Amino acid sequence: MTIRVAESAQAPSFQKAALPLLEDAQLRRNVRHATDVIQLKRAQVVAETVDWQELRTTASDTKAHTLRYLDHYLLQFEKACTAAGGQVHWAADADDANRIVADLVRGYGGNEVIKIKTMTSDETGLNEALEHEGIRAHETDLAELIIQLGRDRPSHIVAPALHKNRSQVREIFRETMHLPDLGDRPEDLTAAARRYLREKFLRVKVGICGANFLVAETGSVCIVESEGNGRMCLTMPEVLISLAGIEKVIPSFQDLEVFLQLLPRSATGERMNPYNSLWTGVHANDGPKHFHVVLLDNGRTSVLADAEARQTLHCIRCAACLNACPVYRQTSGLAYGSSYSGPIGAIVTPQLLNMEHGQSLPYASSLCGACYEVCPVKIDIPEVLIHLRGRVVREQKSALDAEALAMKMAAAIFASRRRFEAAQRLGRLAQGPLVRKGWFGNLPGLLGNWTRVRDLRALPPQTFREWWKQRAKNAERSGHA
Amino acid sequence: MRVSLFITCYNDTLFPATGQAVVRLLERLGHTVDFNPEQTCCGQMHYNTGYQQEALPLLRRFVRIYRDAEAVCVPSSSCVAMMRDHYPKMAAEQNDAGLARAVDELLPRVYELTELLVHRFGLEDVGAYFPHRVTYHASCHSQRSLHLGDLPLRLLRKVRGIELVDLPNIDRCCGFGGTFAVKMGDVSAAMLAEKMRDVENTRAEVVTAVDNSCLMHIFGGLHRQRAGVETAHIAEILAATESDEVPA
Amino acid sequence: MPDARDAILERICSATRRGADENAPARAAEEFAAIARPYLRAGRLDAEARLHLFIDRLHDYDAHVVETSADSLPRTIANVLQQHGQRKVIAADGLPHEMLPRDFEFLAEREAGIEDLNECDGIVTVCTVAIASTGTIVLAHGPGEGARRLSLIPDRHLCVVRAHQVVETVPEAFDRLAPSATHPLTFISGPSATADIEMTRIRGVHGPRFLDVVVVR
Ligand code: SF4
Repeated sequence: MTIRVAESAQAPSFQKAALPLLEDAQLRRNVRHATDVIQLKRAQVVAETVDWQELRTTASDTKAHTLRYLDHYLLQFEKACTAAGGQVHWAADADDANRIVADLVRGYGGNEVIKIKTMTSDETGLNEALEHEGIRAHETDLAELIIQLGRDRPSHIVAPALHKNRSQVREIFRETMHLPDLGDRPEDLTAAARRYLREKFLRVKVGICGANFLVAETGSVCIVESEGNGRMCLTMPEVLISLAGIEKVIPSFQDLEVFLQLLPRSATGERMNPYNSLWTGVHANDGPKHFHVVLLDNGRTSVLADAEARQTLHCIRCAACLNACPVYRQTSGLAYGSSYSGPIGAIVTPQLLNMEHGQSLPYASSLCGACYEVCPVKIDIPEVLIHLRGRVVREQKSALDAEALAMKMAAAIFASRRRFEAAQRLGRLAQGPLVRKGWFGNLPGLLGNWTRVRDLRALPPQTFREWWKQRAKNAERSGHA
Repeated sequence: MRVSLFITCYNDTLFPATGQAVVRLLERLGHTVDFNPEQTCCGQMHYNTGYQQEALPLLRRFVRIYRDAEAVCVPSSSCVAMMRDHYPKMAAEQNDAGLARAVDELLPRVYELTELLVHRFGLEDVGAYFPHRVTYHASCHSQRSLHLGDLPLRLLRKVRGIELVDLPNIDRCCGFGGTFAVKMGDVSAAMLAEKMRDVENTRAEVVTAVDNSCLMHIFGGLHRQRAGVETAHIAEILAATESDEVPA
Repeated sequence: MPDARDAILERICSATRRGADENAPARAAEEFAAIARPYLRAGRLDAEARLHLFIDRLHDYDAHVVETSADSLPRTIANVLQQHGQRKVIAADGLPHEMLPRDFEFLAEREAGIEDLNECDGIVTVCTVAIASTGTIVLAHGPGEGARRLSLIPDRHLCVVRAHQVVETVPEAFDRLAPSATHPLTFISGPSATADIEMTRIRGVHGPRFLDVVVVR
């Protein structure tokens, strides 16, 4: 079994990947604008929901419960979906999933598919795998289309093209749709996409989607979307294939009354997104004649096995944590080297990869807690980040690097008053050559990352404890006098 | 009341003026302050960077030093957050019932400075005088972990002579984040740039907060830019009076 | 692939530290029933305020709303269609005859091909339930609600909502939808829209660009 999450195994560290992005003023402007707008809308519709915290609690409890009985609920889903005319497949890893989908498409004689935005298929690299088999995949979500035609990477879970502005989108459409006179108003660009895709909706025989929720009780699948491209892909083709992570299952139809209140408000700041679709297997005279679900593991069971980080699998991919994250805000999702970015990406990617890659990601956070505050399913992301940092340190392959050494030394110093005080004195002595007029110049090593952009005042001549001791002595003396 | 000071390792070493201000303030309010020099660090840096094993002895040390304290005052919200958010779990993982109980008993007596003043002492006006234009930065731990809300602002509003101005995006992280500031130096710098822009837009003379860690970072950036804006821990503002010869 | 299935199920069992366990379904059901649901289930508004809220929310989504009475419903539908110059209009199969204007000729859904859907000026349906707090209409695609593609391909959707179908909260809607849980369900909240380009909301990407809601008091 080889677990793959997009190209993340080859991705550079977060620090490295961030550098060119931080230089990209246009990208940063676009990201700031987009996240500010969504956050404001979200804040408004959350504030008007008087039972928001209660909804979060029930959602979190429901997810935690489901994960405890995940095997049971998956089997229940499989049974119900099959009884309704669907077929369920199980994929251990990304390659498995891609193979199953490609075989199905070819089995139905297709060489083209239309797709609804699915992060899971980005995770498995489905489009490239299909292309390899001579099958052409058409993304139909506007943002995904922009990414696909622009040969770019998604920078956000919900709005993957938010790092592009209108004129950048126009350039992409002009070139790839051969529309030299295309305007740059969002209306023009949207209309161009509508025309470009409509023919495909009415012609292509196989649709591919993900799933926002799989309902165990009924075997139903739920997809939440805005544009109607989802409904097109779910309804028009003869064959529909849904690729879904195993954690997408929820116990009952009624649970949707909770999740469908949380997800749209968190994701796009709408009380309800324009379209939610639910279907169960195959419906006579309405929609596809063949329906398949591919249940994907690809590392999820190893996340499940880590009790402290298991809550990562609660995620409903709303991206509220991305929008709220001050780190994401600077770099966009492109620095995370994975389909999943922002705070959730920082915890889910390395875990899916069993901590063998993406070790810099748990450190891509100032632990400010904004993600936890907005997460509709109450994933304590900072807690998980710290836990994963612990795993990075403990499972580190290379023995003691400079940081580990410094940390061990600091621990020894803090363990003893004598050593702590000696270190304070030593620091004052040793800083001499580095200090100019009471300030540090450029410090060596890791601390150089501090002084590169910030000044640092030299250690003061007296520590607090020295002052305290002195004061006590003075008091004693004046008492004696 | 007898207040035991946990000054924190970095205040002790880098910001003695803050500790002195806490002492002055509490004594002015009629309390007795004691300082046990056996104290060192709460373990946050280690814990948050992934060296959780190394943080454990510091927890034990903290409990040993303060277990009989009437009230522990900590002029740093992030250190209090470390204790409240992680000590109980760390203790529980040791399968040491005694330790877990000691932590549970001690934590309710640990106060961040503004909590001590407002919640424990029931004070908002501490008799301070600080004739400057000041803006307050709500550090992440102070709001999202300690949920201080407007406690610090309530204290600041009662300071005589102060001109308090709102900081835009007050709840946005300044980019410090402990070792984050050096491990992800460039991203941290970008976050700092936004914070400095907000600070400068207030035209404040002084930025204050309940954490010197954030302030060290913010001031480091402001000073590098020669922005002419000072920082001061909230204790230093609350300790200041008319009779102070050298205002900040 | 049966071996992937077994392998995944086994990994789940060992990850959750449960062996294969006959009683799991019963215990799952018990634990599931114990999950607290302290959120709002029943609404608090009276009928009038509820309708108001519903119409308000629809306006927020740029839907076009007309209020009418049962008696004037055919007239109102005719007016709305006329107002937008709609000529070729498809009526969902199973729509009650008495609600349609007699002097207007509708194309029946069962007679309409894809081309008709693509070219027509609009369609008429009823719905199963509507949610005031979110401005949502829900189609369960039974009689009068059309197959899913009917309310998808055309550019204009006229939906008739009766006052008694409007509930205030999402949980109330789910109570009413329970009997239709395995039908295809479509929740529609305003016309199709995107905000993918600079967060500017644009109406009508692939679904209907216009949604007319006729509320029958
Ligand atoms: S972690 Fe929470 S906030 Fe982030 S995408 Fe997942 S559900 Fe949304």
